[in-house]
Amino acid sequence: MSIGRDPGKQGANILLRALGDPASTISLGVEDWDLLLRLARATRLLGRLAVCIEEQGLLAQVPPRVVDHFSAARVFVDHHQRMARWEISCILKALDGLDVPIALLKGSAYILAGLPPARGRLLSDVDLLVPVALLEQVEKTLLGKGWESVKLEEYDQRYYRTWMHELPPLRHPDRGLEVDIHHTISPLTSRLNPDPEKLLLDSISLADERLRVLQPVDMVLHSAVHLFYDGEFINGLRDLVDLADLFGHFGTRAGFWDELIQRAREQDLQRPLFYALRYVQRLLGTDIPASVLTAIDVVAPPRLILYLMDRLIMWVMVPDHPDFPQYRTAVAQWLLYVRSHWLRMPPGLLLKHLAHKQIIRWKRRKPATTVHQ
Amino acid sequence: MKLADLPEDTFTRCLAGTGILLQTGPFIVRIHSSVEGFAQLLRRFYANFPVVPEPAIADFHVRLTMPGGIRRHWRPQVLLLLDGQVVFLPYPLSHAFPLFEWGLNWSIAMQAHQYLMLHSAAVERSGRVLLLPAWSGSGKSTLCAALVSRGWRLFSDEFGLVRADDGQLIPLPRPMPLKNHSIDVIRDFAPDAELGPSFYGTRKGTVAHLGTSAACVEQSAVSAPPGWLVFPRYQPGASMRLEPIFKPQAFIKLANNSFNYQLLGLRGFQSVSRLVRDCDCYVLSYSNLDEAIVALNYLAES
Repeated sequence: MSIGRDPGKQGANILLRALGDPASTISLGVEDWDLLLRLARATRLLGRLAVCIEEQGLLAQVPPRVVDHFSAARVFVDHHQRMARWEISCILKALDGLDVPIALLKGSAYILAGLPPARGRLLSDVDLLVPVALLEQVEKTLLGKGWESVKLEEYDQRYYRTWMHELPPLRHPDRGLEVDIHHTISPLTSRLNPDPEKLLLDSISLADERLRVLQPVDMVLHSAVHLFYDGEFINGLRDLVDLADLFGHFGTRAGFWDELIQRAREQDLQRPLFYALRYVQRLLGTDIPASVLTAIDVVAPPRLILYLMDRLIMWVMVPDHPDFPQYRTAVAQWLLYVRSHWLRMPPGLLLKHLAHKQIIRWKRRKPATTVHQ
Repeated sequence: MKLADLPEDTFTRCLAGTGILLQTGPFIVRIHSSVEGFAQLLRRFYANFPVVPEPAIADFHVRLTMPGGIRRHWRPQVLLLLDGQVVFLPYPLSHAFPLFEWGLNWSIAMQAHQYLMLHSAAVERSGRVLLLPAWSGSGKSTLCAALVSRGWRLFSDEFGLVRADDGQLIPLPRPMPLKNHSIDVIRDFAPDAELGPSFYGTRKGTVAHLGTSAACVEQSAVSAPPGWLVFPRYQPGASMRLEPIFKPQAFIKLANNSFNYQLLGLRGFQSVSRLVRDCDCYVLSYSNLDEAIVALNYLAES
């Protein structure tokens, strides 16, 4: 690494440029490719990059060693997507005879609906939305047919059931994917309060009529809520790429943008939409109509908050150079973690929750032992 | 250029600085280390391996460092970073070399899905590869080391790398870790074998590495088709038996001895089918290395 260049910044530029404009990679030198492969792998976006470059017919212009990495990444992605389809098919079979509308969310929705974010996308769980009235029945049925609760601690069970927007995750012991069953899209204690009934009512059925996905505007809003109000930004950049793809795909439809702003207002989700639009544009160069930006600008957070968010988002979304990890990234991650909890619960509850977690951590603390893989 | 041709001071400077780019089989590995004692062992066991000129795309980035704090002086440890990530807990400093070897194996197994990766020793003779698929503890490495000392060309003692398009086996020569009793067995069997220092008390007991010959490293770009599939089982006191097995059974056994059969989906099925179809398939039980080698040589000659 040459002295005087900020290695982290250099990596960020290469990665963001490659994601925003895959064709730009053909002019990369060998050193840049080396770094890009590492960063794309660290953000779980290597498969995505591979698919986009192949789609544009550029594979022949990429160094042969990179092509090997792309093939390996695509094998991994195909496996993940196959597992997700299989899990969903097992769920449908288990719920056969139960009259329950199931809406797929996030990764599994993109994959089964064949939407652009599915390209090269990895996923580690299957997310479903069901009506709250049928929640218990769905959970009981799955538990009766072999799925098991992953969170066994009583406190975790209570935490999910009282405060969260989803059940404690389930997993079938024969398979690797977790199943998260949601009854709404943001925690019950959160400051956001979208109406899940509207989401299900307006959802769209897939070719397999037992499955539904959210209508385009709701899909975008959920993705934004998940990224900016729920997550700890572990797969932040991947989720931002999802949003960029959804904007690109649905944005050409007549009336989409007006409907999006209207729906955000109606469901009180303007702030998450504001962040989504701001950062797809800033980080990935996604085209957003100027009128949309103006319309959403009225819900911008105060200047100081926005200044902070801009920095924190940049630091956590874009990974450090693997050989030069930055202290500030860990700090930014921690701050955003605190923020996500702050948004998730009122202060009193938050204090109680964090105190409980800390006590459990102390109780569990054991002397370090040498464990191997 | 071979690693041995790199001047000592350049080698040391690169290893502690930008890293050494080594080629092993189809892979390029960037190795960084400022850990005491590791450089000498790396230079010894990889002396014949090519150093790749900069700049290059590395498939794996391996870094050995010492965790800070008071442990630096009291029972010093070594930490392995794979692409900047800590995957294993620290090892005692003196085990840096075996840690590096395991870490590299782990990285390959987790990442190189462009190949079907069999958990198998692979050696070549008369242009065809003998695969010895088995999980740890079945005597696979010992048998592999013994065959190599009797003139078979080493592909790998751990990975049967199968290229998807043409079913060819790809060499991945590396030092072979012999464990516990095997170390003395090979010392007796091949007194000229270049065995490195013993590392005591690792997670697999005592480990000593067997060096890779210059000839074998020089030919590591030469792939070969599979010829024989032999599932070895070392059984103390057993008489030597080499028996053909039914191909569907060989298929199941081989799929179960693969790192990524499931992950490859249809391609995994196709690759394993093709391999089983193209190979003569046997089960080998043995207790005496000489007898086993006579039988395997006979296979290769007939």
